[in-house]
Amino acid sequence: MAKAWRWFHQLGSPKYLFQKTGQWLPWVWAATLILLAVGLYYSLWASPIEVRQGQGHTVRIMYVHVPAAALSMIAYIAMAIAATVGLVWKMKMAFAVVRSIAPVGAAMTFLALFTGSVWGKPTWGTWWEWDARMTSELLLLFLYLGYIALHASFSDRSKADKAGAILAIVGVINIPIIYFSVKWWNTLHQGYSVTEKGALDPAFQTPLFLMLGAIYLLFAALVLMRLRAEIILRNQKSRWVKEWASGSEVKS
Amino acid sequence: MKTHRRNKLLAIIGGLLLLSGAVALILYALSSNINHFYPPTEVSQGKAPLDKTIRVGGLVAYNSVKRAADGLDVEFTVTDNQNSLTVQYHGILPDLFKEGQGVIAEGQLVSKTEFVASKVLAKHDEKYMPPEVEQSLEKYGHPGKKQSTDY
Repeated sequence: MAKAWRWFHQLGSPKYLFQKTGQWLPWVWAATLILLAVGLYYSLWASPIEVRQGQGHTVRIMYVHVPAAALSMIAYIAMAIAATVGLVWKMKMAFAVVRSIAPVGAAMTFLALFTGSVWGKPTWGTWWEWDARMTSELLLLFLYLGYIALHASFSDRSKADKAGAILAIVGVINIPIIYFSVKWWNTLHQGYSVTEKGALDPAFQTPLFLMLGAIYLLFAALVLMRLRAEIILRNQKSRWVKEWASGSEVKS
Repeated sequence: MKTHRRNKLLAIIGGLLLLSGAVALILYALSSNINHFYPPTEVSQGKAPLDKTIRVGGLVAYNSVKRAADGLDVEFTVTDNQNSLTVQYHGILPDLFKEGQGVIAEGQLVSKTEFVASKVLAKHDEKYMPPEVEQSLEKYGHPGKKQSTDY
């Protein structure tokens, strides 16, 4: 416990966090690319078509749609947790994490909405319906964009961080609404395939879980890269940043 | 944890709980509008308004689809295995439309058992099956099929 606590404090140091993320990043990228390659192979070739989905191959959209949608929600929860840490423990790096997650989360949300729409047209017969699942996911996109806009509208960064953090925390209420929407209300969107036993044939599970892992890692890699940029941006005046910018290694 | 931090954390959690409560109340009050469609049972209970654009949803009953000899008129029965209603539609049906599959129709109720649709959407359920599994189900009996032939 004491060790975890010390680690938590160390991560609060911009320089330490910059060094550590720099060490992690190549590994995260390597794992991402491997898993993505295997996952895409299974998604696009080594998996069957779905029997009812008309043109056959539309089922393959699921292997991007479901991971993107899962990450869009998990990213927001991570943002809200980081925002809480930032507000309660006054940890500046936590705010940097919130700011780093927002655009990646927004991209995941957009991807989920877009792939869902492309799948919905041939399957359901419509690009868009205002059902509870789709509307709440669209609201999630607006929350991400709202956070980015709100953060950008302050010239003072610490004020921007605080205001944005409050928005990020308040918006987390939307996450259970998205997740349970298909259970609480009658929606056009189908219910849970992944957690429902026997609903998803094992032949679809392999590519889906591989892609879920790959998109998780991709998300982590993108957030870490953004976080490093954010650390540099926020510590321009520090000596170690100047030294780093002039080409020397960051030493602890 | 230091007192001022604990207070701040409690304030955040308390605020979230209050807001969630408010959102829950709003959603509860609006629940009839959030539901995307009425199942046939709710229609037969009189929960769905007549002569207003609404959506009904359920399964297309087996052997109920009647197509007009010429033109695009089609009539079928939507059921939720408790109650059912007849849907009339003029237009092209989506690819997934099939007897025994889920469907959502947008239009107006003429009576508690008759519905005139202006739009028909197929509903995909949570089950994903590769063709081979479907074939063996056809061969050795579809668990869902037996029930719905009672109608």
